[in-house]
Amino acid sequence: MKSGSRLEQLLARGEFVVTAELGPPMSADVEVIAKKAELLRHTADAFNVTDNQTAVVRMSSIAASVLCLKSGLEPIMQMVCRDRNRIAMQSDILGAVALGIRNCLCISGDHQSFGRAGKLLGHPGAKNVYDIDSINQIRMFRQLRDEGKFQGGDPVKGQVPLFIGAAWTPLGDPVDFRVIRLGKKIAAGADFVQTQGVYDIERFADAMKKARAEGLHEKTAILAGIIVPKSAGMLKYMNNSVAGVSVPEALIRRMSEAADQKAEGVAIAVELIRDIRKIEGIRGVHIQPVEWESIMRTISDKAGLLPRPEIPDA
Amino acid sequence: MIVAQRKPLSEIITKMEAYKKIIVAGCETCVAECHAGGRKEVELLASQLRIAFSQKMAPVEIAECCIERQCEPEMIEPCSEQIMAQEAVLSIACGIGVQQMAERFPNLPVFPGLNTTFLGTHAKPTQWEERCAGCGNCVLDLTAGICPIARCSKSLLNGPCGGAQDGKCEVSDDIPCAWAEIVERMTKCGKRDQLRQIIPCKEWNTARDGGPRRLIHEEAAP
Repeated sequence: MKSGSRLEQLLARGEFVVTAELGPPMSADVEVIAKKAELLRHTADAFNVTDNQTAVVRMSSIAASVLCLKSGLEPIMQMVCRDRNRIAMQSDILGAVALGIRNCLCISGDHQSFGRAGKLLGHPGAKNVYDIDSINQIRMFRQLRDEGKFQGGDPVKGQVPLFIGAAWTPLGDPVDFRVIRLGKKIAAGADFVQTQGVYDIERFADAMKKARAEGLHEKTAILAGIIVPKSAGMLKYMNNSVAGVSVPEALIRRMSEAADQKAEGVAIAVELIRDIRKIEGIRGVHIQPVEWESIMRTISDKAGLLPRPEIPDA
Repeated sequence: MIVAQRKPLSEIITKMEAYKKIIVAGCETCVAECHAGGRKEVELLASQLRIAFSQKMAPVEIAECCIERQCEPEMIEPCSEQIMAQEAVLSIACGIGVQQMAERFPNLPVFPGLNTTFLGTHAKPTQWEERCAGCGNCVLDLTAGICPIARCSKSLLNGPCGGAQDGKCEVSDDIPCAWAEIVERMTKCGKRDQLRQIIPCKEWNTARDGGPRRLIHEEAAP
């Protein structure tokens, strides 16, 4: 085992894994995490704790991950390249591992200009870091774990048990390059991969076919992203404005015509999970009930993903 | 070239208000090319200041000079007598020119009239675009002659990130995705396979991160 995390163990056992998202609050409020943890408990195997997503200041992903652990949920700590240089990244990983965190998802992170949105002012004047990119971040953490060496070459004492994740936007532009980029992430050391939200099963299946042609599905565990839709407006917005998310017209129409759009959203999410499960090489799903954690149990249940498998305590 | 943009007139006026003898010093090189600090712009700014200050009780004298390359000490010399007779210098060269003036005239207050913005090119008749970040370790051979350090909003070496869409950057539709361009050009040049190589993380000590840089050319000794 590289990390001994629950996620790693379940994947090693050949289970179809489920991960979900837990966004930290824009506050120091411990209760918010505790409440979300209650709603999400036993609905998935591990939970992505986002790192100042959309460049909005939130409780740090390390702290929120530790609170998650205290609530009995296994965190997948996300870490963006926007806010830390290689010194801070490695220092934070040592700290995270010391605090019991075993999974880390390495991502570029939204540009700081994203923070100004809706009523939020954000910090568009912030200086970004981008010392290294997510591929070199993955490689650096692997080197820390497997070679016991910091990026600069100094030795690391002892073990750094870590299960390293990467993101994949299979339908992002330029689309014919996306499988190559996935291959680079895997070559760098990605143990698992979580994809951008999938709505267009046909196009996603095609991207997976290309990934399989390169044998990528055997070198890493690919978990397909599911963003639970709440309304036709949300689907339209994602189709037009969220990079790499493609929503078929028929799905938007179906949602617009639904009497109860939220219920239809749940039905769509469940169908997507069932269809995605059939695609060869998919090892699990990453479900994002964006600010709608209370629906997670219903979705996991209806999709036949419950109960989640147990791991005997070591 | 170094691309710069004039500061708002109101900001310049506020900074220069305390002086009665001011010289507007332009530069005939980069900033003239981007219509920010050449002879024409010196004349324009000097006229604007004369009009703005004409309402003042005490008259303000606005002199003008234009130096071929304000960043070159010896090229400042022909104007030095005229400059030394002033109370303040308003330089509309790039930041290098402004500092050269400050160094040459230690007793004179020197003010920047421009915001130095980037190293770039005159891409379209009305548009200049950033091209180089001066990182001190060129990677253009690896990226088909398109710089990801300067032209990708995240300076990614193995991009594009998940935010790219329709060839545009996530920051703005006005910014082309540098990596979309790199992928396209690598493909055209028959170097698509090279995209599979991981470009290792950059050592920034050759860039500004290593501290202020200097270059020594022994052979340039007189």
